Amino acid sequence: MLEIVLISAIKVVVVILVVLTGCAYATYLERKVVGHMQHRIGPLYAGPHGLLQPIADAVKLIFKEEIVPDNVERVTYALAPIISFVPSMLIFAVIPFGADTVLFGHEVTMVISDMNVAILFILATTSLGVYGIVLAGWSSGSKYSLMGGLRSSAQMISYEVGYGLSIVGVILIANTLSLRELVEQQASFGDWFIWRQPLGFLLFLTCAIAETNRLPFDMPEAESELVGGFHTEYSSMRFAMFFIGEYAAILGVAAVATSLFLGGWQGPYLPSVVWFCIKVFLFMFFYIWLRATFPRFRYDQLMAFGWKVLFPLALLNTIVTAALVML
Amino acid sequence: MKEVVKALGHVVFKMPLGFLVTIKHFFRKPVTLDYPRYKEPMAPRYRGKHYLERYEDGSERCVCCGLCAAACPADAIYMEPEEGENGERRAKVYEINLLRCIFCGFCEEACPEEAIFLGREYEFSDYDRNSFIVNKENILTPHPRKDNPFKRIYRQVRRVYGVTDKV
Repeated sequence: MLEIVLISAIKVVVVILVVLTGCAYATYLERKVVGHMQHRIGPLYAGPHGLLQPIADAVKLIFKEEIVPDNVERVTYALAPIISFVPSMLIFAVIPFGADTVLFGHEVTMVISDMNVAILFILATTSLGVYGIVLAGWSSGSKYSLMGGLRSSAQMISYEVGYGLSIVGVILIANTLSLRELVEQQASFGDWFIWRQPLGFLLFLTCAIAETNRLPFDMPEAESELVGGFHTEYSSMRFAMFFIGEYAAILGVAAVATSLFLGGWQGPYLPSVVWFCIKVFLFMFFYIWLRATFPRFRYDQLMAFGWKVLFPLALLNTIVTAALVML
Repeated sequence: MKEVVKALGHVVFKMPLGFLVTIKHFFRKPVTLDYPRYKEPMAPRYRGKHYLERYEDGSERCVCCGLCAAACPADAIYMEPEEGENGERRAKVYEINLLRCIFCGFCEEACPEEAIFLGREYEFSDYDRNSFIVNKENILTPHPRKDNPFKRIYRQVRRVYGVTDKV
């Protein structure tokens, strides 16, 4: 019993550390990649090639003064960053990082919690993230924040539908809700679910971007219109919590997409964890690439796209997949 | 239905083109310079901050004739003459307002004594406006610049070719 608890505790600590570091370096990657795509250099001064930049940013944010405007709802204002941060970290509880291994004589499964309804858990936690943003927008007592919160609630609820439906195809084929079994079914390159669910993958990708509030769907933030949206009135570590939460959500979505469509940790020659990291990295790069490529949607375009295009397509994909599976 | 077809068409045919553009630029050389560490090579005829030249024996070339002030379109030069130790005419006050100066180089061309030149220094930002009014002590070179041949032809050559790289 104690052994199981200890192993789990160690896994939790390691995963949290790795994910937080990953979030920090995702910002670095983003700044570098977007910079080079715009013929700029990106961070360069902190450490070689600016590699210590995320640490410098973190130190700066910690030492910043915490400014709380007068007319905020204190309790919700303080809770909102935590509510948005925790769910995005929770996703990693069910992500399988690698094949089962034996470390120091113990059989270790490379997943914190091998839940048999992992996908449902992921859908539930990602939906929770919207509360943080809505509450932040409402409690800030600022019109920009309120607009951002409103937008995000509408957007995230609309895209939630497509997000859920796009995964249903994979679940139907695999006949399981456990991420571990899903990954195990994608043993070779040809077995990846992306080949059997190409439309599902595209839909998942699009909805995931909208879910994580990334460009071109970053309506809640929309720097040029809403001055940062829901986090306009936040500063210091509370702002950092939103920031880390957003990047953790992106990493989480990348990990989920990898597990669902890209064969998870399966891969030849290299250790399974390395394969997993490579795939997540490529997915992150794609995210940033997308950000550098496309401009922001207009709000009505976004809603029309969600309901008139994504939703019918996801429904169609589900029906066709179900019919094929039945046959 | 129309929207769905249109959106799918965009995804299949148009979005890859956009992705191609950005990834193409990703592998190009950035145009931004790592500035204080690397500086762009300067044009040989670059006109930077002024300096007042000396004769090889160390005495000032400027006789405070006022032609540079007269030629200056921005009215940036102010001067007052005085008599030097050996009875020669020289500038008591020689001020250039660098905020007014447009770095046209007319003073350099007007100077009959080959005294004022526009150098190559361009990093002279400061915190207050007064420090941009430079006086004679600020811009007089401590010793004649060796690579500067004091010849009248210099001006013509410089005008035609942009002669020296280092001044």
